[in-house]
Amino acid sequence: MRFTLNGRAVSFAGSGARRLLDVLREDLGATGTKEGCGEGECGACSVLIDGEVVDSCLIAVGQVEGREITTVEGLADGGRLTALQQAFIERGAAQCGICTPGMLLAAHVLLQGSRRLTADDVREGLAGNLCRCTGYTKIIDAVLSCTK
Amino acid sequence: MHEVKYIRPKSLADAVHIYRTTPGCRPLAGGTDLMVMLHARTLRPEPQAVLDLWSVAELKGIRGTKDMVEIGATESYTGIIGSKHVQQHLPALADAARTIGAAQIQNRGTLGGNLANASPAGDTLPVLLAYDVVVVTDRRSIPIDKFFTGYRKTALQADELITAVRFPLGREVAFRKVGTRAAQAISKIVMAVSRNPARIAIGSVAEVPLRARRAEAALERGDLEGTVLAVAEDIRPIDDVRSTAAYRRTVTQNVLRELLESAHRSPRT
Amino acid sequence: MCPAPVTSVGRSVPRREGADKVTGRARYTDDIAVPGAWYGRTIRSTIARGAIRSITLDPAFDWSRVVVVTADDIPGDNVVQLIRDDQPVLVPSGGEIRHKEEPILLLAAPDRATVEEAASQIRIEYELATPVSDIGSATLVFSTVDISKGKVVEDLEGMEVVERTFRVGLQEQLYIEPQGAIAIPEANGVIRVIGSLQCPYYVHRALKRALKLSDQQAVVVQAETGGGFGGKEEYPSIVAVHAALLARKAGRPVRLIYDRHEDLAATTKRHPGVIRHRTAVKKDGTLVSQDIEIVLDGGAYCTLTPVVLSRAAIHAAGAYSCPNVRIRARAVATNTPPNGAFRGFGAPQSLFAAELMVEHVAERLGMSSVDLRRKWMLRLGDTTATGQVLSESVGSELVLHAALKAAQTAQPPNRPTVRRGRGLSLVFHGSGFTGSGEKKLQGTIGFEALADGTFRILTASTEIGQGTKTIFSQLAADALGVGLDMVTLAPQDTSLVPDSGPTVASRTAMIVGRLVQEAATEIRERLKREKPPLRVEKSYIQPDTIHWDETTYRGDAYPVYAWACTIADVDVDMTTGEVRVTDLVTAVDCGKALHPVMAEGQIEGGCLQAVGWATIEEIKMKDGGYQNDRLATYLIPTALDAPRIRTILIENPYSRGPYGAKGIGELPMDGPAPAIIAAIHDATGVWLDEIPATPEKVLAACASR
Repeated sequence: MRFTLNGRAVSFAGSGARRLLDVLREDLGATGTKEGCGEGECGACSVLIDGEVVDSCLIAVGQVEGREITTVEGLADGGRLTALQQAFIERGAAQCGICTPGMLLAAHVLLQGSRRLTADDVREGLAGNLCRCTGYTKIIDAVLSCTK
Repeated sequence: MHEVKYIRPKSLADAVHIYRTTPGCRPLAGGTDLMVMLHARTLRPEPQAVLDLWSVAELKGIRGTKDMVEIGATESYTGIIGSKHVQQHLPALADAARTIGAAQIQNRGTLGGNLANASPAGDTLPVLLAYDVVVVTDRRSIPIDKFFTGYRKTALQADELITAVRFPLGREVAFRKVGTRAAQAISKIVMAVSRNPARIAIGSVAEVPLRARRAEAALERGDLEGTVLAVAEDIRPIDDVRSTAAYRRTVTQNVLRELLESAHRSPRT
Repeated sequence: MCPAPVTSVGRSVPRREGADKVTGRARYTDDIAVPGAWYGRTIRSTIARGAIRSITLDPAFDWSRVVVVTADDIPGDNVVQLIRDDQPVLVPSGGEIRHKEEPILLLAAPDRATVEEAASQIRIEYELATPVSDIGSATLVFSTVDISKGKVVEDLEGMEVVERTFRVGLQEQLYIEPQGAIAIPEANGVIRVIGSLQCPYYVHRALKRALKLSDQQAVVVQAETGGGFGGKEEYPSIVAVHAALLARKAGRPVRLIYDRHEDLAATTKRHPGVIRHRTAVKKDGTLVSQDIEIVLDGGAYCTLTPVVLSRAAIHAAGAYSCPNVRIRARAVATNTPPNGAFRGFGAPQSLFAAELMVEHVAERLGMSSVDLRRKWMLRLGDTTATGQVLSESVGSELVLHAALKAAQTAQPPNRPTVRRGRGLSLVFHGSGFTGSGEKKLQGTIGFEALADGTFRILTASTEIGQGTKTIFSQLAADALGVGLDMVTLAPQDTSLVPDSGPTVASRTAMIVGRLVQEAATEIRERLKREKPPLRVEKSYIQPDTIHWDETTYRGDAYPVYAWACTIADVDVDMTTGEVRVTDLVTAVDCGKALHPVMAEGQIEGGCLQAVGWATIEEIKMKDGGYQNDRLATYLIPTALDAPRIRTILIENPYSRGPYGAKGIGELPMDGPAPAIIAAIHDATGVWLDEIPATPEKVLAACASR
């Protein structure tokens, strides 16, 4: 089967029932996506499928045939950090960093919307990404600093 | 030790055929339940294959006529929340979908999946009961009040696929979920209420999503206090990891009273 | 010489490893590919108490495909090296089981499917014994602490006497990265363990003991670690030793990575406890005596329980000056998984009770609890319950004043069924190890001036999100008068760096950071006369003004205390008992904010963990094990649950901290829980004596009013 990963065409020959999370991490060397629970509760495994945020531990890899997958490794444009990634570093939104890849992808989707985000919008949009270090305060700050 | 096969059908007809003819085959939609169980190896019997319904176009979409709204079995909760048909005619369904909380889960959760799993705690299931939906399958239509037959058991035949859920129009339903936290929480209780016709549907208070029949009869008579008293007889809550029977009983009554009063105050809930 | 660059201490410079963390380049343990590594798994007891009658490996399975490790395969001592030698690495056949999930066997295989298949082919038969399931029925005592000041009399004629008993529950640290280690056998008997951990040298000692390795043969390397909070203080020793035993027997690397379910079910939790207070006051509110009894549940094995108990006891009287104090504390054993380190380490438990006592006494006297705190609080020159004179950096009044000033006018609730309330707490937390801990440890760092003109810090102190790497770099760079990019850190690898002590006890910035600062200063001086490469080592030296008597528990329990005042606003839904914490304001006396954003980050994160502990983080027991053993059932706050948190940093310097800084990593855990209970009372009129304040408890309390 074939799909696109961070703009690059990839092909995969194993079982389509394997979790996308495992294929990314073990077969494709894309370890930026993390396993925090395997239950779809923590969001650490979040990826984008055609721009929509999902938990990759809940996706069978066969389901992404022909789709565009974006992981954290695909956010920075050839090494140049996005404004959001920069804000995360500067504003203390990343502490231990394990939730950060998933958090960035969920936030990235939020920021694609057309209207200006409020703090409540951000809380709702990130409700599927658990963080244990930050109390979410500086994550929300960082995302709001990038909104229109 | 075998590897589970992945099967991608070309169309709904293809999916129906494969499901009927392939042993040990489990339908897969958004994966929010199935993929967890597959990974934890808790499915019994262990499946030989997963049949991917997610990209079957006929199972997606939300269509409306003057009498009803039909939602495809694998339409996502995000699609449901954003649908004009749903916002206009089925706002309680959007409310229930929103209480899931996580965008990731809303993007992959489906009515078909929730119905097939038949969890007594399913957030949307009381709403479906309150709306008196019809579950459309590959071979027939099943009224929702005949659908849940036991703990995680449905009226579906072994090789029957849900294709859509059909909602009648013109009914106002109020919804409330009580969970441990604001998002991503299995409910302590979850309730959907319609005044006219009288429907009181409650999750997490029995082994199935429950229609509270005695309470509905009292509501039909216009006896609001009697309705709240009667619901305590209808439900059979237990103590479990999330809550207690005593709490569920009290809160069922409190929430019912609140939903009835708010419906009473403003006709449009 | 180049002009001096802008100094960095006190500025929120970008996190040093931040770019790696936001791009997915940071390598956590399970991200590290090790060619040829097998997968390990732990086989655990399914009973809470008894003995292993037999272990049968089903002969139908081809056991040559896997490696099996039992207690017989342990070359050294079958002991998890910590404080007391009571916990085995693996229970042998015929051996005693003391808790559910206790490790019995280890398996390794080339792939996960094979290891799972092998696991299902093992049958363990037990002799069952009746487990001790709770504090009430416990008889075995791990340790006791008795603290005495003045004389607590029984005859309290003419006094107001308030008695109350409080209960606090289990809590899981819930680092988002589960426990894991990879063990790699190398030449010359070396076993290298890469893991998710806080204390490389704890693991080093444990490996040496169980695998009979020399200092050089045991190599421990900390990988990027996704959260610890104490949960990776001592537990990683078990994971590492298990992985190493498998690797040793297999003759190849083994990955032992826990999934969330195993992590929740088997690893250490916060000690639950019962704390009883009997406080006597004069009618005008003068505090006369505090009589306090603490019982903590240590679980099945000792682990760090005596030290947790010690901190709980020392903080038990609260941030208050009282002439007569008696604290009797004991930690008991139950047949539940062992409890261990979790941020706060006993202080959140005892401070919960102490703070609520202020509320109850104030209520009895008809006084405001804020006024009562003003009357009672420890001030400069006052003496604590252990007889420590607080000679500097006492921020009690500062934080109380700042929090009250910052708290906004409460708005009425927006729904008729919701009541709103506000509560306040005032707490302190000893920074650094208790008593003689630092003196015994003699933490040591290395510091190098390299030939290329850059500088390198050699420390075993780990970055676990709290900012170690950034703060140490700031301290070094400013002491040297160079830019941050001139300073690097050696990896936290025991073969490369000396033992600066564990990354715990709110000591890293204050104690170890100070060593970094001193070493950098010395190198700067030496560079005036010498050329690089240069190297110095700096070890902690106990100031001779710190006196602590371990046998009487009297004296200077901590070098200094940090202080916090927290105000919590809650909404209580009276139809469901649901409690929502909407706002937290917390003023913290941190001595000096070396990096304001990181200091705030510690406070905000710690506060939310305390909010979770007080409200939704509940563990129910069943047959000696945790019912809440998946993330679907052990709930921590999401972004939608989290209150708005406002932090006010107050800099009230401590003379021995770098730039005056005091340790604050754990302090934020202490304040929110009692403030929330007080807020629930303000909203509803009911007092809860127990956390978590679940809707079930709130509704029942309101109903019985």
